[in-house]
Amino acid sequence: MAERILTRNFHLPESHTLRVYRETGGYEGLSDVLAMAPATIIETVKRSNLRGLGGAGFPTGVKWGFIPKGHQGPVYLVINADEGEPGTFKDRYLLEKDPHGLIEGMIVSAHAIGSRLAFVYVRGEYVQPWRIFSRAVQEAYDAGFLGKSILGSGVDLDVVVHRGAGAYICGEETGLISSLEGKKGWPKLKPPFPAVRGAFGAPTIVNNVETICHVPHIVQRGASWFAALGTAGQGGTRMYSVSGRVARPGVYELPVSVTLRSLISEHAGGIANGRRLKAVVPGGSSAPILTADEIDVTMDVDGLKNAGTMAGSAGVIVMDESVSIPEALMIVARFYAHESCGQCTPCRESTGWIYKMTRRIVEGRGRKEELDTILDVARRGAGTTICAFYDGAVGPYISYIEKFRDEFEALIPK
Amino acid sequence: MSRPAAVQFTAGELALVRRLQALYPDKRAALLPVLQLVQDTFGYISLEAEEYVAGLFDLPPAHVHEVVTFYTLFFQEPKGRHVVSVCHNLTCHLEGAPTVLAHLRMRLGVDVGATTADGRVTLLAVECLCACEMAPMLQVDDRYEGNLTPAKIDRILEGLE
Ligand SMILES: Cc1cc2nc3c(=O)[nH]c(=O)nc-3n(C[C@H](O)[C@H](O)[C@H](O)COP(=O)(O)O)c2cc1C
Ligand code: FES
Repeated sequence: MAERILTRNFHLPESHTLRVYRETGGYEGLSDVLAMAPATIIETVKRSNLRGLGGAGFPTGVKWGFIPKGHQGPVYLVINADEGEPGTFKDRYLLEKDPHGLIEGMIVSAHAIGSRLAFVYVRGEYVQPWRIFSRAVQEAYDAGFLGKSILGSGVDLDVVVHRGAGAYICGEETGLISSLEGKKGWPKLKPPFPAVRGAFGAPTIVNNVETICHVPHIVQRGASWFAALGTAGQGGTRMYSVSGRVARPGVYELPVSVTLRSLISEHAGGIANGRRLKAVVPGGSSAPILTADEIDVTMDVDGLKNAGTMAGSAGVIVMDESVSIPEALMIVARFYAHESCGQCTPCRESTGWIYKMTRRIVEGRGRKEELDTILDVARRGAGTTICAFYDGAVGPYISYIEKFRDEFEALIPK
Repeated sequence: MSRPAAVQFTAGELALVRRLQALYPDKRAALLPVLQLVQDTFGYISLEAEEYVAGLFDLPPAHVHEVVTFYTLFFQEPKGRHVVSVCHNLTCHLEGAPTVLAHLRMRLGVDVGATTADGRVTLLAVECLCACEMAPMLQVDDRYEGNLTPAKIDRILEGLE
């Protein structure tokens, strides 16, 4: 069994409490880390090959380095706990089962980037996770791990837990910032990148929950230790959310070098009810689909990119031979049509139109040319919008149809 | 719980609003939490409530309206005493969300988006609640319930006053 880092305490009944967190070594190394120079921490995170685990896979240390040198004034750390990518549920587990792991990660990360005020943006539906996490923040304040001069180090950090109100687009980092500022969650054009001009006009680092939970371990155990756990381009383990037609759906923390085949057949117990695998979405619903023949790939950012899909949020949705791919695409298309924020015309118009076409096809009212219309509309809009939401819809539109065209054609009246 | 009188916070609630506003570098960032407070207090966010909140933030009412209408968790109409939101996204769909919705429609006698005549339950279909490991699943008020079967759904409904 590979070592588990983020989920090591999940089996303990009171893993969310400060008591259990400390009994298992939590906050132990914090004083020493707060005595380290911020630049040293950033350098360590860079060399560890930690890649963002929220979806984009951007190198974390590199992003931290984008804060303008010599900047005077506030810098904000914003934790993206707006988990919303269909098929993903790992951040919920971290908030509920290891909230202090996130808090310690925030303390170390905020010290590294020079932030004294951090926000945790929790999706509105996550009421229970929000309660548990908020209680942990209070515990941390009471014990002197948050607030002024943490453990006498002279380093300050305040944490504000902020709740969303239901909108997938607020997971996109600039949409999240708009929402945090009290506006509708419309993404913003980049540049300027948030690291230069983000929340409240100040340099802002947005990172995913899981990304930040890794940071204390990297800093204490070293960049090479973390890098060696993974592949050449990505260090460490990550938490795979596996759902759908597997025997044991759930969260599996594994080195990113694990193959999709091993994740499904060994860790998640294989396909349920002795059926055969048909297709897998490997990185949340925005990741292009893979066929049963395409699962001998490693689950790191580069491995999945080379396979023509993406690691995304590591939400693995497994479909067996009984699943209708056109119907699955219709459900996915409905999601993107519903969640498009409406700001950019190609996204607003195409997501609605493509949903209608897929629905007509599934209901047996499709026309033969509509499959090519979907592909054409999808391709034209790709890359033309303010944020990556629409590109995330295009991936499934194109891949489902290209890889399972026969199934779509079979539904279209001759 | 709801307090259906005129939209006006108590002194204690106003103090909470000011505390929330002080948490952020710009007080307007407290708009979502304060709207949440309005909804918890009055049951939903009426146009009158939007104007009241706009006043608390020195914002145009149109800004508040834009925000309220953008987010799915803000209700512009009275809702039931309980809200049952069934996930109908991909994994839940594969694992039987359509059956779950059909069962709830039958038991409650309302369609998706509607509230039972006695005001007990509002039934909704929502996008991925990110608990796909327990598909098919739903949210009932603050709680997630998964691995749903007709019998389990009936038990959940029985628990709702
Ligand atoms: C449509 C859309 C939705 C997203 N949803 C999430 C999300 O729910 N959680 C998340 O951490 N990142 C999400 N992201 C990615 C963020 O924009 C951003 O890359 C990430 O939070 C950065 O953190 P990381 O580098 O630690 O991954 C989303 C991106 C897009 C385009
Ligand atoms: S698909 Fe229903 S919780 Fe994710």
